[in-house]
Amino acid sequence: MRLEYTERQKQFRAEVREWLAANVPKAPLQSFDTQEGFEQHRVWERKLSERGFSAVTWPKELGGRGSDLIEWLIFEEEYWRAGAPLRVNQNGVFLLAPTLMEYGTPAQKERFLPRMATAEDTWAQGWSEPGAGSDMAAIRSKAVRQDGHYVINGQKTWSTRAVFADWLFGLFRSEPDSQRHHGLTFLLVPLKTPGITIRPIKQLNGLTGFAEIFFDDVKVPVENRLGDEGAGWNIAMATAGFERGLMLRSPARFQQTARQLVDLYLQHRDQADADPAIRDAVMKSWMQAEAYTLATYRTACRLAKGGHIGAEASTNKIFWSELDLLMHETAMAILGARAELMPHAPDAGDVGHWLDGFLFAQAGPIYAGTNEIQRNIIAERMLGLPRA
Amino acid sequence: MDFTFEEQQLAFRDAIRKFLMVEAAPEMLREIWETTQSGRSAEFRAKLADQGLTALSVPEDFGGIGLGDLDWVLVQQELGYFAIPDSLPATGYLGVYLLNRLPADVALKREWLPRIAAGQARIAVGHPINPLVADAKNADLLLLWHDDEVHALRPDQVELTLNPSIDQSRRLYRVRWQPGEKTRVCAASIGRTLWAGVIDRAGVAISAQLLGLAQRMLDLGVDHAAQRKQFGKPVGSFQAVKHHMADVAVKIEFAEPVVHRAAYALTHADPRAPVYVSNARLAAGEAALLAARKSIQVHGAMGYTWETDLQMFMKRAWALDATWGDRKYHKTRVANHLFASGAALGPGETFA
Repeated sequence: MRLEYTERQKQFRAEVREWLAANVPKAPLQSFDTQEGFEQHRVWERKLSERGFSAVTWPKELGGRGSDLIEWLIFEEEYWRAGAPLRVNQNGVFLLAPTLMEYGTPAQKERFLPRMATAEDTWAQGWSEPGAGSDMAAIRSKAVRQDGHYVINGQKTWSTRAVFADWLFGLFRSEPDSQRHHGLTFLLVPLKTPGITIRPIKQLNGLTGFAEIFFDDVKVPVENRLGDEGAGWNIAMATAGFERGLMLRSPARFQQTARQLVDLYLQHRDQADADPAIRDAVMKSWMQAEAYTLATYRTACRLAKGGHIGAEASTNKIFWSELDLLMHETAMAILGARAELMPHAPDAGDVGHWLDGFLFAQAGPIYAGTNEIQRNIIAERMLGLPRA
Repeated sequence: MDFTFEEQQLAFRDAIRKFLMVEAAPEMLREIWETTQSGRSAEFRAKLADQGLTALSVPEDFGGIGLGDLDWVLVQQELGYFAIPDSLPATGYLGVYLLNRLPADVALKREWLPRIAAGQARIAVGHPINPLVADAKNADLLLLWHDDEVHALRPDQVELTLNPSIDQSRRLYRVRWQPGEKTRVCAASIGRTLWAGVIDRAGVAISAQLLGLAQRMLDLGVDHAAQRKQFGKPVGSFQAVKHHMADVAVKIEFAEPVVHRAAYALTHADPRAPVYVSNARLAAGEAALLAARKSIQVHGAMGYTWETDLQMFMKRAWALDATWGDRKYHKTRVANHLFASGAALGPGETFA
């Protein structure tokens, strides 16, 4: 065990810190759930990619830095510390890309990854359907093979970033009478294809972060298939593993929130201490953010030694999503009657961002597999309890 | 950066685990309660010594193995998992730590360290952070706090009163004694640092034991839930029961690295070690207390019986969580760090 950074890792941190200090936009970008904000974020991703920073863990020839997971964690720490913009192409870079690298053909990697790194292509997810939420194997959208194409009919929903994104990755039923997780195929679909209708869904915060997508005889060439026909479920599970496992939510995000929460508490300490539960929750927040960081470093080190992420990925998702709620609920409690003010309210001062975070935290235990599903996975696959 | 243990450390842990699995079944623990007044088994202590456990951190010059806090932390998890009733942590870890750091001219360490290594001595350590001294009666030597000084006493120099604990394996004593020139082995100026080191090491030892206890209670709960049938199926197939167990698994998963980091910080004399230890105590304590609550729930009425083994692990967890600094104490230490002006918090500070 050696819990110190190497000289090389320290140099990498210094390089990232310096570059971010010089390049992070001074004024915050607009939300990427608006057309203008989306394009601002795309420009920022391009800027990041000039230094290989949009996808540090990718090989250099594909637009990354060839970083290992420890360097990725360092990058994320500096990124959150610098208050840099949210990552508009996260679905692509962190979720699809690892799957593409594992299952994609050389031609597919060449075609999709460099354009993903520069955000020329931005990606949305296409998993859920009206009848397939937690029960993802109930997917019904069809992809019928015809003359070198798949013809897609059906509907996807809760598709994050789909309102403005260029591409979608998801699962479709390619074998007509197949059941459950059999007969599903993983397809990469350009969202500009004729026959696609995107209907934005207004979220809790009033913006359209996700959408429903209707497919009406949408033709997608066979070369847009990832992996074998009918093998989609296992490939998707690999993506879901990355999502829950490591790369969706780096610890730095929560450490930054925890630090801000400590500051907020100290600024309002006189009033906040009138409710002793607040001080306790602030401490708990910091300790849990620290625990999440330590656990992630441990996982990264185990992976470096040839380990695998298994069902413990599900413990991650529960832990960070509940921590995020705790932190934002605590901030709301500290802010009291000002907590309800929208960020642009004249009297909101600089506290409005806590409301944004509070709203988003409500989604954490729901997306990427609800926490109930995660608990089932832990109970059945980690602890070996019998299926229902 | 490498947050994994060495192969050798893990192999030693595995060997200890196998040894305890054979030698420390719950029936054996019950037998010690029922047949001995001391609550300790000389025979079992001799076996622990054969495994090298009493010699673990005794320096090689004194007949020991000379290993450190990181080796101990893994062993302590196993001691917790098997709810070992022995003064091994106080003797082999805390006692050795104190004796080994006494000033060079103190004959005490030449006298006692080799005996400890050989498994021929038990040490009790008394500090006012605990109202009573564990295992004082069995001890061949008592190391006691007095105004930050360290005093060493033989059993005939103290007056002991037993205070029964809910944990049948614990032996707690009120100790009455007279500090004097003859008993003092270390002045307050040095003793202050030593006692701080003892509290932190006790913190890591207890955190690790609590982790082991939490894991054991989880395992017992899972076993019971998989076997017990109601409504024609194992109760463990019901979501409400599964989720109790999953919650415990999550707590353990995220407490363990905190405990290991605390042990690492002690090994490397990191000035933040006290905060890390308190963080570990709180995280591991929370995991163990939740494991106790959830596991008894999953056991149903059986969990409330004397007969079911769960009781010995629950009671140990309840007791240990408040020793060597209760939650109030450890929360205060974390708060003092967190709310001090200029504290380095946030991304990038964890290993800085």
